[in-house]
Amino acid sequence: MTLTPTPMINYLGYLFDGAHWHLGGDSSIPDRLLQHLAYTLVAVVLSALIALPIGLLIGHTNRGAFLAIGLGNLGRSLPTFGLVLLLVTEFGVYQWPVIVALVVLAVPPILVQTYAGIRSVDRSAVDAAIGMGMRPAQVLFKAELPMAMPLIIGGLRSALLQVTATATIAAYASFGGLGRLLIDGLSRNEYDQIFAGAVMVAVLAICLDYLSAGIERLVVSPGVREPRVRRGLLRRPRASRPATTGTT
Amino acid sequence: MITYLQNNYPEVLSDLRQHVWLSLVPVLIGALLALPVGFLAVRRRSLYQPIVNLGGIIYSVPSLALFAVIPAVLGTGIVSPLNVVVGLSLYTFALLTRTVADALISVQGQATQAAFAMGFRPLRQLFGVELPMALPVLFAGLRVATVANISLVSVGALIGTGGLGNLFTGGFQLGFVEPIVVGIVLSMALAALCDVGLVLALRAMTPWTRTGARA
Amino acid sequence: MITFDAVTKEFPGGSVAVDHLSLELPTGQITVFVGPSGCGKTTSLRMINRTIEPTSGTISIDGEDVTTQDAALLRRKIGYVIQNAGLFPHRTIADNIATVPLLNGVDKKQARQEAVELLTRVGLDESMARRYPSQLSGGQQQRVGVARALAADPPVMLMDEPFSAVDPIVRDDLQKEFLRLQSEIGKTIAFVTHDIDEAIKLGDNVAVLREGGHLAQLGTPQELLDHPADQFVADFVGRDRGFRALSFMTAADLETEPVTAYVDRQHDVRLVLDGDGRPAGWSVGGSPDLHALPATFTADDSLRLVTDLAITSPAGAAVRVDPDGVADGVVAHEAVARHLTSLRQGG
Repeated sequence: MTLTPTPMINYLGYLFDGAHWHLGGDSSIPDRLLQHLAYTLVAVVLSALIALPIGLLIGHTNRGAFLAIGLGNLGRSLPTFGLVLLLVTEFGVYQWPVIVALVVLAVPPILVQTYAGIRSVDRSAVDAAIGMGMRPAQVLFKAELPMAMPLIIGGLRSALLQVTATATIAAYASFGGLGRLLIDGLSRNEYDQIFAGAVMVAVLAICLDYLSAGIERLVVSPGVREPRVRRGLLRRPRASRPATTGTT
Repeated sequence: MITYLQNNYPEVLSDLRQHVWLSLVPVLIGALLALPVGFLAVRRRSLYQPIVNLGGIIYSVPSLALFAVIPAVLGTGIVSPLNVVVGLSLYTFALLTRTVADALISVQGQATQAAFAMGFRPLRQLFGVELPMALPVLFAGLRVATVANISLVSVGALIGTGGLGNLFTGGFQLGFVEPIVVGIVLSMALAALCDVGLVLALRAMTPWTRTGARA
Repeated sequence: MITFDAVTKEFPGGSVAVDHLSLELPTGQITVFVGPSGCGKTTSLRMINRTIEPTSGTISIDGEDVTTQDAALLRRKIGYVIQNAGLFPHRTIADNIATVPLLNGVDKKQARQEAVELLTRVGLDESMARRYPSQLSGGQQQRVGVARALAADPPVMLMDEPFSAVDPIVRDDLQKEFLRLQSEIGKTIAFVTHDIDEAIKLGDNVAVLREGGHLAQLGTPQELLDHPADQFVADFVGRDRGFRALSFMTAADLETEPVTAYVDRQHDVRLVLDGDGRPAGWSVGGSPDLHALPATFTADDSLRLVTDLAITSPAGAAVRVDPDGVADGVVAHEAVARHLTSLRQGG
């Protein structure tokens, strides 16, 4: 373990080298960024398409709750890195095993939070909805879903974070994306490349998180939002965005 | 799978051992740091939002990035277990600070007001009244943090200290799934064990929750 | 008119919530279902709009069996108010109120406009239209719930313990407002409560249900108080039956003493009037400090009010005023007792 502090300037070389910022080369930072974004979004959208309907169904009918919670726990304890490498080793170094691994990792948080969201809905509001003459589908989409939005969006945001991070590591399996910088840098001991990769990935993750927070504000009705902890007023925080395995 | 295990028992065991302490030590450190900071976030409510935001930012950063940058900040070599420990401690800290703060806020109510009126000093009230009541919520956060850490340690394999993660990278490089599966199973088993352990520990520490509610 | 014809509800497992219930809820009146827990009052209510389906028997609204209609469309024609209001937290107050009209396809702008008008009808300010339920108090939310039920102008309304979840002062306000509203709109209302006082206060007819879903008595509040059908009803109505009955008796026939008798009194308690002849207070023992009158009564008020005022006054007497507030008579509590005696003797 070396303890000689290396001057900061060494780390910034890669980041500030103009050659690395050209779009169009395969190994430029913007390209990697776009690759990373693409994988992330594809995986999240796919898992949402799978997990949202199932979560809604389980929540609405309250059957199969055991499945939802069990899957959630299972998903949390599954080592993300291991799963990616497992699928790639088994099926080859293609893109689809990695996407599958990402989807498998993203489904549990979305599923669990969607289920929890629907269950958390005020029962008397649902009773009122039925009593007023809404049909079952209307009750689901006009009443339950909007009320469950905070938790559902929370699940989507967790999944987004999860996938962004796992996509980083997938670079180890010769995947593209920003993780490439980290992996290559690590194998060649090029600190500046490592640093560039780390900074870019961190910035991407943080930006995506803030963006999704913005989308949350747009989509979730002001009447259902979490009350802010105000000065002099201690409010019970509602079920807030959960941490799942978080980032990998 | 079994044959692999039989043939490579010593390596697997040492990986497992490394994995255990690499995942559990940060939980301890993170928790210990999170207690005072979380308490502070509740005491000075103006600090709550900034602290929670900071935690959120730390938590968003992908682990590999964190592991890779810590050497630059701390001056440790890249290939050092300290990176993983520091990185995971930071994560745990970021996660649990919010848990502690929210848990303390959620137990504010009649019991704490009564304690205050009876003459408990703040610190005594914290340890004697609020924390015990907040234990269920705290442990829920602890369980999440622990399981998350166990999963994240394997990423450390990319910087040379990965516990069971070494089985993943090794398997990938050699093209064998067996070590990877063994690693996954062991990792999940460890997570399940810790989870159950925490649940039992919570039960032991909160005897009042064990008595059934009156009908 | 809502008709129950031998309606029974048996739940899987054998428990009978409602047992061959037959009664009529007259059009334009408030019928209150009241009884202890487990008497089937809420179940009966919910069978009207089919949120619970009867096991046997028929419920008809104006002659039409409710089971012959599409359940969802049936419910849109029935106002539904429940205990915790059940407002949609994700919609503004206006959109909450406009729920059923919007379901029926009414134009959004028009529906919202009508919603705002309904707001004022239930005693809330127009500015609340764009707020969210979480910003309103319990009592306000309940009023919105009533407005929501009225939005599609249904002929029938179901109300399930609508005022139970608020504190007594708010409840009293809501009940008064509700009676005022009903006097304007005249809906056929089925009302459920566990509170006998509320039933007597609000109901035109009261149906007392016994545990197991049997009808113990159906009648006006007066009938319940004067002639309870059996011991159960008598016990349920409670010990204050006699006192409560005073609420239904008018003070119009009470003999009053002239005001001067109390103004010119030489001994301890005197009535002091202001320049216009309105009562200002009681003066005790010649002291310049006055005991304020908690209230005065008019000839339209009930004997219950008069008795209460008389008992709590330092002079043992209540002051009657005319429509301008000028004192025109005083009644001592002995006079009330004499009046009751004469009533009992048929005089």
